[in-house]
Amino acid sequence: MSRDGQKIDRRKFLKGAAVGAAAVSSTAISNAQDQESADHQHAPSDIALRVKALETVLTEKNLVDPSVLDEVVDRYENRIGPQNGAKVVAKAWVDSDYKARLLDDGTAAIGELDLLGTEGEHMVVVENTAEVHNLVVCTLCSCYPWPTLGLPPTWYKSSAFRARAVIEPRAVLREFGLEVSDETEIRVWDSTAEMRYLVLPRRPEGAEDMNESELADVVTRDSMIGVAIL
Amino acid sequence: MNSIHDMGGMHGFGPIVVEVDEPVFHEEWEGRAYALSIGWFPASQYKEWGGFRHNLEKIPPKDYLNMSYYERWFFVNEQKAMQLGLVTEEELNNGNADPNYLMPQLEPHPDSSLGPGRLDLEINAKFENGGVVRAKEINGRAHNRLPRYVRGKTGTIISDNGIYALQDTNEKDEQPYDDPQHVYTVRFSSEELWGNASHGNDFIYLDLWESYLEFA
Repeated sequence: MSRDGQKIDRRKFLKGAAVGAAAVSSTAISNAQDQESADHQHAPSDIALRVKALETVLTEKNLVDPSVLDEVVDRYENRIGPQNGAKVVAKAWVDSDYKARLLDDGTAAIGELDLLGTEGEHMVVVENTAEVHNLVVCTLCSCYPWPTLGLPPTWYKSSAFRARAVIEPRAVLREFGLEVSDETEIRVWDSTAEMRYLVLPRRPEGAEDMNESELADVVTRDSMIGVAIL
Repeated sequence: MNSIHDMGGMHGFGPIVVEVDEPVFHEEWEGRAYALSIGWFPASQYKEWGGFRHNLEKIPPKDYLNMSYYERWFFVNEQKAMQLGLVTEEELNNGNADPNYLMPQLEPHPDSSLGPGRLDLEINAKFENGGVVRAKEINGRAHNRLPRYVRGKTGTIISDNGIYALQDTNEKDEQPYDDPQHVYTVRFSSEELWGNASHGNDFIYLDLWESYLEFA
């Protein structure tokens, strides 16, 4: 611990972080929101330079191949995202056999669609019903099923969501505009091990005539985390 | 370790702020920092995420809270690169590699070779579905996946997810243990975790390694 503490001081990081926090505070509405602003990616200005420096030095030492980094960025910006999870959900809505397999063994059923991968090797799918509403969180870090949902939004990684989802899920859902009745059971899934969770939302009313691909278009990221219904 | 990363149940963070139409990466550096963590992971000598996570957890709380997610990721990789002698502070300050710098011979990393994934091993399960268990009090300084808010609390096993190597680290953020165990999903009532003022229809599920649990 102390060894790392000294390293931090040596890199003058604290100075940079303090500058960033002060800049954020001037635009924050209240003290309570200062932390949320920090969660919101307002970085100290020198972070971009530091990232560039590390990448450049590692590249010059042949420890990093920038084209590999380009590929990673492209993958998550353009190819992996909630549209993948939406395919899983839409298929489950139109194919009851697939839905049964999906709820029984999420990993195998999502594997059928070739949508497993880093941070989504072991998948569990939990179904919303008239009686049960599911909500996914990771209180310890920000674990999230990357292959099916992409990288998590900032609010999912925020201190407020990580802290509150397990102690007051109904208040959290209310902030997302979702009022869950007292009779409905809420299940909060805290992703503490290697399983990653995907919520199977209820099929919206009025979507009876839609085909699988049209259905996939109505499935939202938030509905697969459990902070929205369709 | 007991630090700020273990946030479940804390108060005082205010409302959840949602950014509409949020981009995957807000600025270019976020994407590069993320890709460095993924693409450069092996050379950084974190064979597994446990060591990476432990380094995130060791960021002092006041700094942890002032950093964004990708700042934390970048910060621990930058630290690790210097700690291992792969880069020097001077090189980072100059923004270029020193051609005369001699790279150190790195010792083989002691991490377990079992990996984080599900293992095809035959090990008897200590608990069965429907069993009532209590999460142990584990307060080590190293990395574990047992949040404070369930320690000492009683829940019910609802599924056995199979065998996974324990992902805990030692205090040096290494994962030297080959300790495969069953991982169970345990259901806790909100009332058990947070007291009688909680909603009686709220339940919290956690995936917990067998060694975190005891018969209640």
